Amino acid sequence: MDLSSISPTLLLASLMVAATPILLAALGELVVERSGVLNLGVEGMMITGAICGFAVAVETGSPVLGFAAAAVGGAALSLLFALLTQVALANHVASGLALTLFGLGLSALLGQGYVGIKPPPTDKLDIPLLGDMPFLGPVVFSHDLMVYVGLALVVAVWWMLNHSRAGLVLRAVGENHDAAHALGFKVVRVRIMAIMFGGACAGLGGAYISLIRVPQWTEGMTAGAGWIALALVVFASWKAGRVLLGAYLFGGITVLQLNLQAAGVDIPVEYLSMSPYVITILVLVIMSADRSRAPASLGRTFHASS
Amino acid sequence: MMLKLEKRAQPSLLWTYLTPLVAVICTMIAGGALFAVLGKNPGEAIATIFWQPLFGEFAFYYRPQLLIKGAPLVLIAIGLSLGFRAGIWNIGAEGQYIIGALTGAGVGLAFYPAEAWYIFPLMVMAGALGGWAWAMIPAVLRTRFGTNEILVSLMLVYVAEQLLAKMALGLLRNPEGHGFPGSRNFQQYPSGHNAEIITGSGMHWGVVAALIAVIFSYILLNRHILGYHIRLTGQAPRAAKFAGVNPTQLILFCLGTSGALAGLAGMFEVSGPAGQINIDFNVGYGFTAIIVAFLGRLHPVGILLAGLLMALTYIGGEIAQSNLGLPAAAIQMFQGMLLFFLLAIDVLTNFRIRRTKREAV
Repeated sequence: MDLSSISPTLLLASLMVAATPILLAALGELVVERSGVLNLGVEGMMITGAICGFAVAVETGSPVLGFAAAAVGGAALSLLFALLTQVALANHVASGLALTLFGLGLSALLGQGYVGIKPPPTDKLDIPLLGDMPFLGPVVFSHDLMVYVGLALVVAVWWMLNHSRAGLVLRAVGENHDAAHALGFKVVRVRIMAIMFGGACAGLGGAYISLIRVPQWTEGMTAGAGWIALALVVFASWKAGRVLLGAYLFGGITVLQLNLQAAGVDIPVEYLSMSPYVITILVLVIMSADRSRAPASLGRTFHASS
Repeated sequence: MMLKLEKRAQPSLLWTYLTPLVAVICTMIAGGALFAVLGKNPGEAIATIFWQPLFGEFAFYYRPQLLIKGAPLVLIAIGLSLGFRAGIWNIGAEGQYIIGALTGAGVGLAFYPAEAWYIFPLMVMAGALGGWAWAMIPAVLRTRFGTNEILVSLMLVYVAEQLLAKMALGLLRNPEGHGFPGSRNFQQYPSGHNAEIITGSGMHWGVVAALIAVIFSYILLNRHILGYHIRLTGQAPRAAKFAGVNPTQLILFCLGTSGALAGLAGMFEVSGPAGQINIDFNVGYGFTAIIVAFLGRLHPVGILLAGLLMALTYIGGEIAQSNLGLPAAAIQMFQGMLLFFLLAIDVLTNFRIRRTKREAV
């Protein structure tokens, strides 16, 4: 065992990469849940985004088009969920599970011809001056564009929720859909838009895994990242800033256990591999003492009876 | 003119029974379209999946498979349906299934090579206990700390999969297996083998357990106060609270029972059809059982029929895979599609569609 082989600079740099997929997916889900919808299909939308992005990037040779396709794919799948829960008034939990099961099958089917292929590489941004700084340069300023898109999205979501009219309407719908409806807001329309935003974000997160993090396509490659993203929203008490904190925490744990595996620590690989999930549970337990911050209409079906 | 949903005063009895049938037909149509896109003859593909296993040339081989694949699905789904009825969501049955297999097989292997009548019953108990204990983790966390049982039970699936890998490569590895992963095979250990009760029928003890579970669950839901409480909590949580239903007990009971049944399913599988603990032991029965539970309308008899239907799609899917070159993923998607249609059409149970003139705004 050689712990000195773990470089703190590399560790922190890869932490930001490891955190990005769950950060993107969790931000999307945060908006969905703030509108009062519980979409448990994040895992399914992520894996669908992963294969859509991968396939388009391979076919066109452009990772940017790949990410765009991933967002479209994730949003398209989430539209199915929106139809089920908002139009057919189906149970949110059951519909979300259906979405995950369907997405896993769909992605495996779409991905048949793409196993073992390398995607086109995504360039790392070459930021002058900032990128040359000691320590901070490699850790913060030498990543691909999507890492910064994720960070920008945190700010955008935070601003949208707290400082814009759209955010106010969204929160009103999430807290009390009957009152929002009485005020003349289109509850169903707002929710469908939120769900599609969540789907697009989950798709981007999935594509980040298949195009940059791994980068290749294997069946079921998201391996529970979507569920961790769901846990992250609870951890963050439905606040955008805390999602970032949580994502880096989980990213850090993932990277650390991978590094420990590589360094040959005296703990069996299986126990290290299960650690992110165990820690997710522990964090959930700690955070669930305070349920008061959950949107009041979360997971409740809305039907305008008038 | 526009369409509008209007709530029914009473859930429609007709649609309660019709929904699963319509969903299956819709899935066949949509699935046929999917197969056509994949370049297969849709009629042939559907016939291969639904007809061949039952009445085709090799039906004598496939029919027993129906029981072998159906038993774990029904056993798990019966347990899940109790919780689902009360709004308690155990979606980690796959993990409880793995742990039940590990504890059951562990007890059996501890006795190896002794031969005695009591070994198999002990394994059964160990399997149920293992699954129960694994499900108690989300149950206790939910009742003590209010932690979301959906996320915890799901996370524990990944933990259980890692444990399975560890056990298959470590503690339970066959010492005479020349270093290959995987435990001893129960098919060569009579006292621990879940053999067919009638040779060639596919009828093993897991099938018997599934049938018993169906009967007990039917009695529980229709004739017992606990079953009444479960149904009440699902339909009217506030009324249940005023009626003095203890939610803590209900959560512990529902999650515990579903865990124990999933554990049993895993134990019967590892000691019978699968034969041994190995890295790829679990094949997703725990997740498919969720579809079975909904398709069966959370009703014991419905689940029995739905379990057999899902088993049929598994077997038919395998045949279609080898005969028509249909990808394995297509059948997984087919099953997901079924749940989609079911949930969408289910709206007609509680609502009716009315045509109205567009309202003046």
